[in-house]
Amino acid sequence: MSAVFAIIRRDLLLAMRRKSEVLTALFFFIIVVSLFPLGIGPEPALLRKIAPGILWVAALLATMLGLARLFAPDHADGTLEQMVLSPTPLGLLIAGKIAAHWITTGLPLVLLAPVLGIQFDLDSGAQGILVVSLLLGTPLLSLIGAIGAALTLGLRGGGVLLSLLVLPLYVPTLIFGAGAVEAYISGTGAGGHLSLLAALLVLGGFFAPWATTAALRIALE
Amino acid sequence: MSNKIVNWFKYASPQSFYPVAGKMIPWFWVLAAIFGVTGLWISFFVAPTDATQGEGYRIIFIHVPAAWMSMFIYVVMATWAGLGLALNTRLSGMMAQALAPTGAIMAFLSLWTGAFWGKPMWGAWWVWDARLTSALILFFLYIGFIALQAAIDDARRADKAGAILALVGVVNVPIIYFSVKWWNTLHQGASVSINKAPAMATTMLWGMLIMALAFWMYSIAVALTRVRAIILEREAHTEWVKELSEVKQ
Repeated sequence: MSAVFAIIRRDLLLAMRRKSEVLTALFFFIIVVSLFPLGIGPEPALLRKIAPGILWVAALLATMLGLARLFAPDHADGTLEQMVLSPTPLGLLIAGKIAAHWITTGLPLVLLAPVLGIQFDLDSGAQGILVVSLLLGTPLLSLIGAIGAALTLGLRGGGVLLSLLVLPLYVPTLIFGAGAVEAYISGTGAGGHLSLLAALLVLGGFFAPWATTAALRIALE
Repeated sequence: MSNKIVNWFKYASPQSFYPVAGKMIPWFWVLAAIFGVTGLWISFFVAPTDATQGEGYRIIFIHVPAAWMSMFIYVVMATWAGLGLALNTRLSGMMAQALAPTGAIMAFLSLWTGAFWGKPMWGAWWVWDARLTSALILFFLYIGFIALQAAIDDARRADKAGAILALVGVVNVPIIYFSVKWWNTLHQGASVSINKAPAMATTMLWGMLIMALAFWMYSIAVALTRVRAIILEREAHTEWVKELSEVKQ
């Protein structure tokens, strides 16, 4: 386990040394969300209705931005090969990298979402559900995205290809995440959606590092 | 004793599969033609006009088999991909690669004919129905698989990476289907329901099943033709390919 924490600490340290990369994804999220009212119009009732979907789609896209960097720098300088050779199971190390990716890209989105929710006139209850749904959903985005990042490692046009592979797989997360907030607003209760999101997170947490590891071994062959 | 057992792994080698596939292709074309003609004849001349939907319903004889095949081919593709990963056979990856374009075309065809059917029946080319949406996402999954394989130059890496993607996809397809279904029931906007279709006449069902067989045979014939082309392309450096009469000319 200490190796996992070492990996997380190392990746966080690297992210702190290159703050601009983390901040770019964050500002991308803010800008995309702010563009929608400009395109659609400022009616509060309409904005309140579309807010969960917009915040969630923007979160998907912002997570995508960071994915290409997940393994590429380590691949370029040979760190990844050392990880494959290390006595610690590769799956654990990869899980650590995915966790670090979530802390640098997913967690800031979770913390920012309520502020952006104010722009869309969401009430405090809906804000709370939005934060919980993002808290459950964004780790899942990092987990699923890691599979795509490993598959496209070192390929021509990897970034665009990555979005083509990963975005269809994000559909259930988007539906349950945005659906939780909408269900709360419409009065049916968000419990079911959040439970399903948590179930998907457990499933993803178990299988995704494993599939990512298999994909990385193929990429490094 | 032991020589009575057919060694199926013999046909896992591209060299021995290439001529076998060549012999099988005409038969599947013949079957596809027989089923196709019979199915079209039933669907246009035998099946009665639908009481509520008129003549326009006849597009389902193309639409439903295409939709079935698009799902079935994805599962077959993922099975070949899984076999390729587990047994490390080269032919499995080639089969998966050969099936993908046919599956993508079936998915596209089901969406396209679905739009043709939807316009007169529902008054809209597209509604965000659960089946339509999940068929669209299935189409995206096929495109992703084809794009990933096309982006990787090394054929063996392309096979294995594609295999992982296909397996991840096949795990996700039911999750996507149910999530879209629940999403749809939550947003019950338009009052469109295709679940309450009236009981189907037996001849209609037969027409649909025979058309599905025709599509199935067509898919096998096309996939085998494509796999032969892939074998020739990948094994071009080998002696046995250079000895082939069709290559020598």
